[in-house]
Amino acid sequence: MLRRVAAWLDDRLGFSSSILPLIRHPVPRDVNWWYVFGSATLVAFAVQVLTGVALAFTYVPAPNSAYESLRWITQDAVLGSVVRGIHYFGASAMVILIVVHAARVFLMGAFKYPRELSWLTGTLLLFLTLGMAFTGQLLRWNQDAYWAMVVAAEMAGRVPFVGPVLTQLVVAGQTVGGATLTRFYATHVFLFPALMFILIAVHLYLVIRHGISEPPRAGEPVDRATYRERYHAYLAKRSVPFWPDAAWRDVVFALAVGAGVLLLAVVVGPPDLGKQADPTLIEADPRPDWYFLWYFALLALLPPPLENLFIVGFPLLVGVLLLALPFLAGDGERHPARRPWAVAAVALAFLTIGVLIHVGYEAPWSPVLDAGPLPPSVVEGLSPTAARGARVFEEKGCHNCHRIAGSGGRRGPDLTTIGDRLSRSQLTARIMNGGAIMPAYAGNLTPADLEAVVDFLAQRRPPGATRAE
Amino acid sequence: MAEPIGRRRFLECLSLGLSGLAAAVVSVPILSYLLSPLLRPAPRLWLDVGAVDTFAIGQTVLRTIPEVSPLPWAGQTAETAIWVRRTGAQEFTVFAVNCTHLGCPVNWRPEAGLFLCPCHGGVYYADGRVAGGPPPRPLFRYETRVEGGQLQVRSQPLPIG
Repeated sequence: MLRRVAAWLDDRLGFSSSILPLIRHPVPRDVNWWYVFGSATLVAFAVQVLTGVALAFTYVPAPNSAYESLRWITQDAVLGSVVRGIHYFGASAMVILIVVHAARVFLMGAFKYPRELSWLTGTLLLFLTLGMAFTGQLLRWNQDAYWAMVVAAEMAGRVPFVGPVLTQLVVAGQTVGGATLTRFYATHVFLFPALMFILIAVHLYLVIRHGISEPPRAGEPVDRATYRERYHAYLAKRSVPFWPDAAWRDVVFALAVGAGVLLLAVVVGPPDLGKQADPTLIEADPRPDWYFLWYFALLALLPPPLENLFIVGFPLLVGVLLLALPFLAGDGERHPARRPWAVAAVALAFLTIGVLIHVGYEAPWSPVLDAGPLPPSVVEGLSPTAARGARVFEEKGCHNCHRIAGSGGRRGPDLTTIGDRLSRSQLTARIMNGGAIMPAYAGNLTPADLEAVVDFLAQRRPPGATRAE
Repeated sequence: MAEPIGRRRFLECLSLGLSGLAAAVVSVPILSYLLSPLLRPAPRLWLDVGAVDTFAIGQTVLRTIPEVSPLPWAGQTAETAIWVRRTGAQEFTVFAVNCTHLGCPVNWRPEAGLFLCPCHGGVYYADGRVAGGPPPRPLFRYETRVEGGQLQVRSQPLPIG
């Protein structure tokens, strides 16, 4: 009976005649574990769609309810925390996987003729994945989300000529408000996913049409005149059906990634929501999720005159370079051993982004707004004048930006042993006149306070050190 | 003499042309709806901040003002914050809370007499001038006036640096 039902379905659906040949299309016998990242990205996307749909059953995309609904999902809904956790870590996994997949395709020269369109659709999918990550972060509707929307609007406003118009389109009005969240919600759950479904379909169709690129071999450059003939001759000699000979690796790797995401969702759980979005609460310390932290760090480290150019020009440059790549280097050597600049570019990009993410977490440029009092080891045993200077140091915000004995901000230099480096007159000049990132305190300190804080700082020396004035 | 268009070619052109026309017609209301923020700018109104005598001369305080046209579901975003500094009997300086660098909320440190931005370390003096860090310009100001003993500010869009 079952066999007859299966035969009926097969006849009507054409599985054996149409679909089976597709999933058993020949692929190079030599494909290896480097080829698993694309399919894993697709699986991550499917997981995001499933968990996203589940979350959308309860999430209310309105500013007066979004945060509460998400809190309910996290704290009260049956396994809601796990679903949200999978969606959160799944997003991170998808970003990592698509970036690694793109880097693998670039390093193996798989973007070259005749797979230019595969690279272009993949690049657009990379941008959309990052767009999904950004818009998803905003839907938490906490303080980070609200101020990230403001920052996005400000950055859009820097675009020459059309900046203000773009800002209004981004926030759906004059300010971040009721219409902004729904706009980002619709973009996150309808617009971007729809575009991604279309692009994924085209991307997969192109994989079937042009075949999976064979592992590159040094000294065998892509020649447009002969490549297709050579590829088909290669397949005729050294191919296996994609299913199951190659697909098993994709299945194993995707399951491993999925298990990791599930484990993180259960053990670590989704990120803390923090405070609800509220423009009237200015005690905020907004930070983007890790995948945009490198850009956040870059904006802090850039020389201010370059900033406008960078905010607009950098994404544009990266986008144009990626989209132009298959047309600039559409043939020639594919093997990384013959393309040292390509290897260096990827290594430099990963290293830079890694370092910037680390620096972004540290954020030494941000003043520590809750620096608190100086540690007892610093203030105990001070002369009355120096003790007053320590209080002035705390009250006037010096401690927010300067570190002493491991306490305080790192915006300015560490002052633990400043008395060993600067004389009293130099200290006075710095405090009065300020510097590039330090305010001038000339009109903000009484002579007595100035003398006290200089006295305090002049005593900051390594144990046993003395300084001749 | 031009070649006559074949029947199939005509039907192709007809089908594609009609489909394109239908898409154009449908896109008019959709695009207008999506672009409506540009078509309906919010009014710029004078908003009450508080009675003049509730502000001490020389002090900077945080106040809230309503958004001029909030949607019914706007929740907390129906209000926004401003920094109000009374500089004389009838003189006020009102700053937007947004850092002119990238819009993050600046914090007032009364003892230090400085505004600090938590995002990238922008610092401003009490009068809004840049004291340090990446901000390209002083803090954004609101237009102010005193009417019937009330401090009022004029609503404005999100300020862009």
